Amino acid sequence: MAPDAGFDCLSSLLRARAGIELARNKIYLVESRLGPLARGHGFVSVSDFLKHLARTGIGEALATDLVEAMLNNETFFFRDIQPFDMLKERILPQLRTARAASRRIRIWSAAASTGQEPYSIAMLFAEDSASWAGWTIDIVGTDISRRAITRARSGLYSQFEVQRGLSIHRLMAHFEKSGEHWAVSPEIRAKVRFQTLNLLGPWTLGAPFDIILCRNVLMYFAHACKQDVLTRIHRQLSPDGKLVLGAAETVLGVSNAFVPDWQNRGLYSPTGIQPPTFARAV
Amino acid sequence: MKSCLIVDDSKVIRKVARRILEDLSFATEEAADGRDALEQCRQAMPDVILLDWNMPVMSGMEFLSALRAEQEGKRPLVVFCTTENDMAHIRAAIDAGADEYIMKPFDRDVIEAKLAQVGAL
Repeated sequence: MAPDAGFDCLSSLLRARAGIELARNKIYLVESRLGPLARGHGFVSVSDFLKHLARTGIGEALATDLVEAMLNNETFFFRDIQPFDMLKERILPQLRTARAASRRIRIWSAAASTGQEPYSIAMLFAEDSASWAGWTIDIVGTDISRRAITRARSGLYSQFEVQRGLSIHRLMAHFEKSGEHWAVSPEIRAKVRFQTLNLLGPWTLGAPFDIILCRNVLMYFAHACKQDVLTRIHRQLSPDGKLVLGAAETVLGVSNAFVPDWQNRGLYSPTGIQPPTFARAV
Repeated sequence: MKSCLIVDDSKVIRKVARRILEDLSFATEEAADGRDALEQCRQAMPDVILLDWNMPVMSGMEFLSALRAEQEGKRPLVVFCTTENDMAHIRAAIDAGADEYIMKPFDRDVIEAKLAQVGAL
């Protein structure tokens, strides 16, 4: 067997299942993230574990465990604050005018991980509740990881997690102490619903969204996967909706279906150009 | 350069906090209890005070009440940094005039995030 057969096997699995491109210089990530799984299967070394899998093949359950273990679930409340300031100061007030007739807003957090992003958005609405009285606010958080979505639904966070990004005033307003954890208030939890969703698989999300946040996920995808996801985001977004990407991500050179807002980094509007449909990665 | 007074009866905590704050470009001073802290504030008011709750001689809450009662000088930002981690203590601290609240244990990320929250960075 080739010396890197184990790495190649894992790399192929991640590309096919999650669109993630695993560069060889990320071998340290494989060692750190798969260690517990390898030990759980009786292997001292991750390398031996992967070589074994390359020889014997990977069953469905183990494939899911491998992908989940390799995902980067790093997130925190009000991460990179600027997108939330932008929502609060500009996008939501605009939508309040644009949707005055229907009094309904739909928001999709497309890589919600353990839920901090959609809950942060729900807090923005709660903090301006008088302006949104009588409105239907539908916030959907999705993630490929079932474990992350289970945690997100629980609404329970560690002391460390609530101290990253949340001011003490927001903690007091939107959380309750629950044993050693902090629980998102029932009012905030009621504003968000979660579902497991692989961005490379079929989407069952219903009506178009007014805002789609897809932050810090496209950066891990190969070019074709980015095009495919952006094409489908375009279809899932209202014609006057807004797309929010991560600070290190862009549509430039990937899709002409969106135009950047030069005043607000990471903010994009649909151009009205119907993007071509690409062959789906999965 | 902004200044921060670290008030904690634990020498180890003061040392760890000092290292983090100096890495965040703060000039730091230390006090082991509230009374020492109050005397230092009267000499030179810092921009930020990182404040423990339970200390001998004068507690963090007693210090904060005395500090906020002072009529003269600039108003420093006060960030409680304590093992007290229930809502009643948090509310009491904010009601007494604290600007932020850190629940121990802390690390660099937490201190940096909390100082950013109050605009101290």
